[in-house]
Amino acid sequence: MSKKPGWREIPIGGLILEPGSTVKVRTGDWRTFRPIIDHDKCIKCLMCWIYCPDASIIIVGSGDTVERVEIDYDHCKGCGICERVCPRKAISMVPEGG
Amino acid sequence: MVVSSEKIKKVRILGLTGDEAVAQAVKQCDVDLISAYPITPQTIIVERLSEFVANGEVDAEFIAVESEHSALSVVTAAALTGARVFTATSSQGLALMFEILYITSALRAPVVMAIVNRALSAPINIHCDHSDTMGARDSGWIQFYAENVQEAYDLVFQAYKVAENKSVLLPTMVCLDGFTLSHTLERVELIDDTDALKYLPSKPTYPFPINPEKPITYGPLALPDFYFEFKVQQAEAMKQALKVIPEAMEEFGRISGRKYGFFEAYGLEDADVAVISLGSTSGTMRYVAKELRKEGYKVGTVKLTVYRPFPQDELAKALENIKVIVAMDRTLSFGAVGGPLFEDLRSLFYDSEQRPLIADVVYGLGGRDLTPDDARAIFKYGLEISKTGHVPEKVKFVGVRE
Repeated sequence: MSKKPGWREIPIGGLILEPGSTVKVRTGDWRTFRPIIDHDKCIKCLMCWIYCPDASIIIVGSGDTVERVEIDYDHCKGCGICERVCPRKAISMVPEGG
Repeated sequence: MVVSSEKIKKVRILGLTGDEAVAQAVKQCDVDLISAYPITPQTIIVERLSEFVANGEVDAEFIAVESEHSALSVVTAAALTGARVFTATSSQGLALMFEILYITSALRAPVVMAIVNRALSAPINIHCDHSDTMGARDSGWIQFYAENVQEAYDLVFQAYKVAENKSVLLPTMVCLDGFTLSHTLERVELIDDTDALKYLPSKPTYPFPINPEKPITYGPLALPDFYFEFKVQQAEAMKQALKVIPEAMEEFGRISGRKYGFFEAYGLEDADVAVISLGSTSGTMRYVAKELRKEGYKVGTVKLTVYRPFPQDELAKALENIKVIVAMDRTLSFGAVGGPLFEDLRSLFYDSEQRPLIADVVYGLGGRDLTPDDARAIFKYGLEISKTGHVPEKVKFVGVRE
C-alpha cells in the first residue's frame, strides 16, 4: 500500500479539489447481492439506468442507439433497486460468492 | 485596549449599547450575508442589522431562520462561497448551535459571531455568566472577550481580520457580557468607513469559494485514515492565530488609536498578587486594584481579551514574578478540579520555575453582581494566600449565600 499524505500535504477542511474522485472508491466491494441482467428479457427501456443511485448502469451503444445494458460492478453496491423497477423482470439478484 | 494620546483624526462619537455597537461594527464591515435568530440579550444586534438591511444601509442578504442551528448552518455555507457573513446568539441559542460549531471550524469557514454571554438553563435565567461560551471553548473557534462597549465594537473588526487570514481561517466569537454591556449605553468612538474597508482583507474571504465551473467536494467523509490529519490542521491554525492576532491588533491600533493585545495587564511590575478575569468584571477588578495600590497593597490585574487560542507564552512571561494568581471563573465546571481559566493557568505554570500559587474564584453566576467590596475581598484572599503560602480551597465561591 502506498504511503498516505501527511497533514501538511492535504487540502484544508477535508476539501477534495478533484471532481469525480469517488470513481476511485470501489464501492462494489460492499455488495452482498449481485444484479444479473437477462439480455433476452431486457427491452432496453432504461428504467434501471434512471433509478440506479450509484450511476452503475452502463449503456453500451453509439449516439441514441442502445445496443446493450451492462452493470459497473466496480461501483454497484447491490442495492437491488434495478431489480425492483425492471418492468420485464430481466434483472435478478444473486448472492455474491455463491 | 490602550488609548493613544495623539488624536489620529476627527472621530465620530456615538452613544451606543453593546448590542448596537456590534451591529454598527458589522454594518461597517461590508458583510454580504447575515442570518440569525433572536434571543435575549442578543436581540438588539439582530433587530438593528435587519433594519440596516431593510433600509438599504447594508447591502447584504438577511436570512430569517427558525433556529440557531439553522442560522449557523446558513452562515457557514455562505462563508464557503467567499462571502463575509455574520451571526449572533446567546446562551441556549449557542447550545443549540453546538453541532454546527464544530462543523464551521472544521470546514475552516471564517464566520464571525457575536455572543452576548448569558447563563444556561435550568433554572431559566437571562443574565450574564460565561457558561455558554466556556462550554464551546474546545470547538475550534477563536474567542475574544470585550470589557466594555468600545471593545465590543472594536473586536468585531479584528475578528474578521484574524478569521479571514489565509493562514488561520477559523471562525471567531466576539463575546460581550449580557446586559452589563449589551444593554448599557456607553460612549463609542467609531472608526472611519473607508479605514474599516482598508483594514479588512479583500473578498473572497475563503480561498476555495464554491464555483460550479470548478467543482470541489466540501465536507466529505473522512475515516480513521484521514480524519486525524484534518484535526491537526485545525490545531496548527490555532497556533498560526497566535502569530496573526498581534499583527491584526497592531494594524487596528494604527487606524483607531486603540491598541489591543492578547490581554491587558495592570500593576504587574511589582505585584505579589494578580487577579485574572474576562469581560466586564475586569473593569471592576482594575478599579479596586488601583484603590488597594494607593493603600500600599501590591496587587495587579490581567484582563484576558483572547481566551482561545490561549496566549500561554505571553501570559507566562507577564506573570513570571507573581507569587499568587487568582483566576476568576464566571462559570462552573461541575466535577472538575476548578473552572476552565483556573485549569488553563495551573496547567501553564506547572512547568514554570517559580510555580506561583493559583487559586480559583467562581463568581457572578446567573448575573449575580460582583461589587467592589467583593472584588476587594478577592484581592485580600490572594494577599492572605501570599502570606500563608497556602491555598485554603481550590475553588472559592464569591457572592453566594451559605
